[in-house]
Amino acid sequence: MTKFPMIVTRGLGKSYGSNVALAGVDLVVSQGTILCLLGRNGAGKTTLVRILATLLAPDTGWAQIAGIEVRRDAARVRQLIGLAGQFAAVDDGLSGRENLELVAGLYGLRRREARARSQEVLERLGLAQVGGQLVRTYSGGMRRRLDLGASLVGKPAVLIMDEPTTGLDPANRIELWKLIEDLVRDGTTMLLTTQYLEEADRLADQIVVIERGRVIAGGTPDELKQRVGGDVLEVRTTNAADVERVVQLLDGLGSGRPVADMRDQRVTLPTTERVQTLLAAARRIEESNIPIADLGVRRPSLDDVFLALTAPGAESRAAVPLPSSPGRSTETRTAPA
Amino acid sequence: MSTFPIPEGIRVGRSQNPWTFVVDTLRLTRRSLLLAVRMPQLIILGLLLPTMFVLLFRYVFGGAIIVPGYHSYVDYLIPGIVVQTALFGGSSSAVGVADDLSKGATDRFRSLPTSRGAILAARTLADLVRLAYTIALIIGLGLLVGFRFHNGWLQVLAGAGLALLFGYAVSWFFTLLGLFVRSAETAAVAGSVIAFPLVFAASTFTATASMPHWLRAFADRQPVSYTANAIRALMLGTGPVQRPALYAVAWSCGIIVVSATLATWRFKKI
Repeated sequence: MTKFPMIVTRGLGKSYGSNVALAGVDLVVSQGTILCLLGRNGAGKTTLVRILATLLAPDTGWAQIAGIEVRRDAARVRQLIGLAGQFAAVDDGLSGRENLELVAGLYGLRRREARARSQEVLERLGLAQVGGQLVRTYSGGMRRRLDLGASLVGKPAVLIMDEPTTGLDPANRIELWKLIEDLVRDGTTMLLTTQYLEEADRLADQIVVIERGRVIAGGTPDELKQRVGGDVLEVRTTNAADVERVVQLLDGLGSGRPVADMRDQRVTLPTTERVQTLLAAARRIEESNIPIADLGVRRPSLDDVFLALTAPGAESRAAVPLPSSPGRSTETRTAPA
Repeated sequence: MSTFPIPEGIRVGRSQNPWTFVVDTLRLTRRSLLLAVRMPQLIILGLLLPTMFVLLFRYVFGGAIIVPGYHSYVDYLIPGIVVQTALFGGSSSAVGVADDLSKGATDRFRSLPTSRGAILAARTLADLVRLAYTIALIIGLGLLVGFRFHNGWLQVLAGAGLALLFGYAVSWFFTLLGLFVRSAETAAVAGSVIAFPLVFAASTFTATASMPHWLRAFADRQPVSYTANAIRALMLGTGPVQRPALYAVAWSCGIIVVSATLATWRFKKI
């Protein structure tokens, strides 16, 4: 299968007054793959989505969808994209079917096509039963699905989704994930923003982590996990007050710096020598008499990656360039001595 | 900049032409009207205010108000209420626009291969249809409480047309406002803050002759007075038509041109 670069951005920048939302973002998303843009609130995800969806003009750089320049040829780009924004932008006072038929019409489908296509989408989303009911009567999960459906009626080659599962309960989230996976299997190219690592881990072919408008890391989920080192030593303290002491205690033992997660009273440490590190850590903790709740070594999760990359002061260490082509492995961060 | 060819199997079909604009405007107008019909509370509330004003001024204050040149105050009153309704009805445009902006509907429409002009055109067109319906009901109510036309049907229709033209202008103005304030609540407050002085410092409920000079100078020159006076002249045959009608049309057309231009410009930058 040819891997055509369906979404390409170079040096995208956007500021609102003195507030820099994007500071030069480069992305490549190949046809039929899904890129998850991972970042906290305010990292610049929505700004990027709005630029790609032709809603906002960048200050610097450019973006292409299917080879078409987003800014110069917005009208053509709009025929190729579907947008599911952060809010379920469906009308409460219309039925599910009416919502879809309206959007289908605005994509330029004739009445009969629009009707047939809307029915198809309703069935695919499991909403055929309630298609005639007003959206007002829908649950949150149903509204989200319908919103995604509205971006599907035009059979877009590129789907752009801004935090599609935010606010959904776990069952509905898994439902939506399955749907997204189906779509990608059918050849749709997708850019999806999320705050959830679990989501990125499950869905993404490529993950790009952004923080304060900058790409701070990129790669496949596995590549990002490898970046943390081989394994992760994890210590949970009994008292929150001891977290900092454990960090000092573990410093120098692993292949990287220990990272504290205050909320979970947890310290993680990347290591390539799992047994030796575990024994050394156990000895030091015992000598220090710090009460701990748990100690162990496990495979790294994306959480570890994210924490390592976005920890205060981590930016300079984590400034790893985005792989220029998908599939090329990213360089492993060198561990400080 | 590197450029890639468009991959096979991807259609870029829909062309933008005047026909797209017309069709999309009608589609989106239908949407707005369906949403309005399915929120009947809002329509009823919208009728409640003018109804209360009709009853209040007809039966409570009306007896004490004498307008020179009018035998019956209710004849003077109803055209005023019609203009008031056009103004307050139009101010709901701001709420609708802000609502669509804050709930993401506007983003969705703007990301579709839709004529962007159609999005705003549909909003104001739907408001015009609603206003026509409301004004018909208000005039019907007026007839029940004693209002009578004293002129030919053509003139009466021209009067109604003036009211609608003014309402359409107001709707464009408040669309512009809605694009700036962006929240439905703020839009509602801003709408009444602007609409109130325009309605009361005018010839809406009584002749401006009894007002102090400085107030009268304003009241006589603003669009609400011109429009109300023109409608009265047309529907009742009282006084000269030409001057107020000309000013009313000029005001409305001016507001439409300026507001629509600015709103379209603003809409591109949102």
